[in-house]
Amino acid sequence: MALSMAVKGKLISVIGDEDTCVGFLLGGIGEINKNRHPNFMVVDKNTPVSEIEECFRRFIKRDDIDIILINQNIAEMIRHVIDSHSAPVPAVLEIPSKDHPYDASKDSILRRAKGMFNPDDLVR
Amino acid sequence: MSGKDRLAIFPSRGAQMLIKGRLAGAQKGHGLLKKKADALQVRFRMILSKIIETKTLMGDVMKEAAFSLAEAKFTTGDFNQVVLQNVTKAQIKIRSKKDNVAGVTLPIFESYTDGTDTYELAGLARGGQQLTKLKKNFQSAVKLLVELASLQTSFVTLDEVIKITNRRVNAIEHVIIPRLERTLAYIISELDELEREEFYRLKKIQDKKKIIKEKAEARKQAALLAGQDLADAANLLDEGDEDLLF
Repeated sequence: MALSMAVKGKLISVIGDEDTCVGFLLGGIGEINKNRHPNFMVVDKNTPVSEIEECFRRFIKRDDIDIILINQNIAEMIRHVIDSHSAPVPAVLEIPSKDHPYDASKDSILRRAKGMFNPDDLVR
Repeated sequence: MSGKDRLAIFPSRGAQMLIKGRLAGAQKGHGLLKKKADALQVRFRMILSKIIETKTLMGDVMKEAAFSLAEAKFTTGDFNQVVLQNVTKAQIKIRSKKDNVAGVTLPIFESYTDGTDTYELAGLARGGQQLTKLKKNFQSAVKLLVELASLQTSFVTLDEVIKITNRRVNAIEHVIIPRLERTLAYIISELDELEREEFYRLKKIQDKKKIIKEKAEARKQAALLAGQDLADAANLLDEGDEDLLF
């Protein structure tokens, strides 16, 4: 397994609002595989939570994805799914979106670090 | 003592040696595991402070990226759908390497660029400069995020391993070593008891022998007093009897 991982380059996937997705796609991370499945998902205010959940689960299952970027406000919607994902790979990163500032105390990783560091110190 | 938790073992010298060896092994293992836990903890703290640093940096970078997106949109017009529809192959991909900390493998992600830019011609008509800036901003954001992802992955992995190691250290310290010590104390007490029993028995035998000896002495004395010449009687046996073999 380690060998195959070293050989093939992995993808970064994005779940986010339109602007975040467009930005990262311009950055050059977008890919559509042979089955026409994109590695990004555009979430607008009409997207049902179940669809985001399903998409997130699909990204986790795909073995060509190593990092999942997700807007923090969207991460809040599917927090239970993110919290149940405890494996180190793929890594789930919460990023701030354009109209939601980053709140360190909500981050699932930083919350695990609570007790060692005060979450209020994290924002500084 | 016997009511307490200890290994079910027969108290003997051999068992004592065995338990002693195991106790020494457990103590050694405890020390080693403690060292490992400490090494991991040091690394963990380092990663944690780095994560916090990078997360704050990420806020700034993302803000800048979002701002340049707005700038590009302002000059070029809305290009969201064009970008979303024209996705083909990823330009930035991730390689993962392994890092080893005290026997724990941590994945390290590394981004690399391969293939051509799909949006090379985007913004050719107008706003090209803004788009280039936007791309550059987002690429640097991706780089930062990849770094953050590897830190975060190491964080999760280390967190898990530290928990397991600490559990082991505590189990050895609070369960295994006391149990071995109790077993050892039990064996020693049993052996001491056996020794005392043995000593008492020897004493008793000595006493018995003494009494028997005294009795024999008294009988002898009595016989002597009665006027029999024991020495002569004994000498009778030594008479030269040719036929006597034994």
